[in-house]
Amino acid sequence: MINASHLTKIYKTDAIETTALSDVSFHVDKGEFVAIMGPSGSGKSTLMHILGALDIPTSGSYILDGQDVGKLKDDDLADIRNRKIGFVFQAFNLLPRTTAIRNVMLPMIYAGVAAEKREETAKAMLTRVGLGNRLYHTSNQLSGGQQQRVAIARALVMNPAILLADEPTGNIASAQAEEVMAIFRRLNDDGHTIVMITHEPDIAIHSKRIITVKDGKIIADKKNRQNRVKLQEIKEDG
Amino acid sequence: MEYRELLAESIGALTLNKMRTALATLGIVIGIGAVIALVSLGQAGQKAVSDQIQSLGSNLLTVLPGAQRSGAVRGAAGGGTSLTIADANAITSSPQITTVQNVSPEISRREQVTAGRNNTNTQVIGVVDVYDDVRNMTMAEGTFITKRDVDSLAKVAVIGPQVATDLFGDGIDPVGQSIRINKIAFRVAGVPVSKGGSGFFNQDDMVFIPISTAQQQVFGVDYVSDISVEAKSSDVMTEAENQIGTLLLQRHRISDPAQADFQILSQQDILGAATQVTGTFSALLSGIAAISLLVGGIGIMNIMLVTVTERTREIGLRKALGAKKQTVITQFLTESVILTVMGGMFGMFLGIALSFVIAKIINLPFVLSLSSIVLAIVVSGGIGILFGWYPAQKAAGLSPIEALRYE
Repeated sequence: MINASHLTKIYKTDAIETTALSDVSFHVDKGEFVAIMGPSGSGKSTLMHILGALDIPTSGSYILDGQDVGKLKDDDLADIRNRKIGFVFQAFNLLPRTTAIRNVMLPMIYAGVAAEKREETAKAMLTRVGLGNRLYHTSNQLSGGQQQRVAIARALVMNPAILLADEPTGNIASAQAEEVMAIFRRLNDDGHTIVMITHEPDIAIHSKRIITVKDGKIIADKKNRQNRVKLQEIKEDG
Repeated sequence: MEYRELLAESIGALTLNKMRTALATLGIVIGIGAVIALVSLGQAGQKAVSDQIQSLGSNLLTVLPGAQRSGAVRGAAGGGTSLTIADANAITSSPQITTVQNVSPEISRREQVTAGRNNTNTQVIGVVDVYDDVRNMTMAEGTFITKRDVDSLAKVAVIGPQVATDLFGDGIDPVGQSIRINKIAFRVAGVPVSKGGSGFFNQDDMVFIPISTAQQQVFGVDYVSDISVEAKSSDVMTEAENQIGTLLLQRHRISDPAQADFQILSQQDILGAATQVTGTFSALLSGIAAISLLVGGIGIMNIMLVTVTERTREIGLRKALGAKKQTVITQFLTESVILTVMGGMFGMFLGIALSFVIAKIINLPFVLSLSSIVLAIVVSGGIGILFGWYPAQKAAGLSPIEALRYE
């Protein structure tokens, strides 16, 4: 599903070059649930941007669902983001004062899905994340956890190749965080491929594989089948 | 992105901050309002002038004396003394002239006219009996000057309704009353129907007397100030003009038409000159109004730039979810066009109301032209695109990463 090889990203500001990622290669199969961990400044955000087709690598190749994303133009990248990637952001990023169902329909509007189909799919997805009774609540009428569930529904409506979550529980209370992680696990059980960026070990533990990044390089890549990796071990790698 | 969604999103965004939307629109409202008000007042002015000229008769030619010459010095056109009653009689009776129906020589001057203790300064015109036919004049009371009056140097006068009011006040029948022009007593024979009008040629503010009396007893001259000629129809105007020209050149013994001591004007010529003046004036005013429209447009650009900065995060999100550059541009352009077209519509109503009120106050006909409505909508839409372009480009050019990070 994801095939990243020798990804390097160098930022140039004035005369200073900063290497955010250097020669990162890994592979994610369909149906995996991967957590990418690392302290701040480790390059995990840069990696997230490249995986999310929000940015292109300086060198190396990134193949997503059989398509080489590394060399696409802006509008083609927008198309990839629309059809193949479902984003879940730390700050939810719902449109303010807009109903849950309209927020969820937004990616389908950009994809040109017919109005009836849009509504039907949005309702189904909101029901799937447990918000079937909150369709017409606006973002500010929902709790943090509920808002994140709306964002997850929005990420799912285009049936993307991967779900890309960036610190999905960073802004919500821990009880609701558990709820959100339970939804991710259930989605993964249903066959969705999930890549999650986090710096919290007790969130990473919900995944099935943990990649640890530091100073722009992968320093650990461990399976976590049935959550066998111990919390302690993750903490040591981080 | 579908139009329906685009409109829904744009209207949603604009209603989030109603006060700002209203203020941004105000500049366009005032600009379009000013343009429409001035354009329609200009058209009303033009219509008033041309109506007035048309009401004098569309198949009318006016023969004016040429500039007075003494050696190489040329005086003001129309101020000459080269035309006489004999010229007018020749136009009437010459076998060369086949296209003319009525000939009306006139001599006019401003005089002080008194009746009892009232007096007014007005235009006194010496006329012949066909004057009322030539000038489409109908009588409200009494009779017009007759041929007998002209032949017998009668001291009778037909006074315009304005003069009648000035001299006798409202509600008094002036027919049979006596007035004095240049100390000579005249009996009022009739009052014509009011034609309205104002400004340089007001037929209601005139006194008509027989031309013979005017020349010999009031003014003491032997020339006429102009000869109005009514052609048989408006189709033979050019022919009539040529025939009269040839006849008068012969009579005045002038071989070179360029040296003619008279000129012949049609109503069309006069209309053209008058509308040119009013047209220039209203174009100038509209130009000034257009500047306020430009200022309004810059206001829109300013607000749209603020909006783009405020909504940086939202734009980033939209791009992350798959909005293409063009989609973002279209969305922001739609918002600015909605702003300006809305302003244009309100401005249109404002302008129409304004020109209606002003027209009423200064007594002009109220003209509502379709072109000004089309202008309001097209121009305001155009302003939306023109001044919304840069902010929209700025929004579309934002990198989704930077935009999402923006706090």
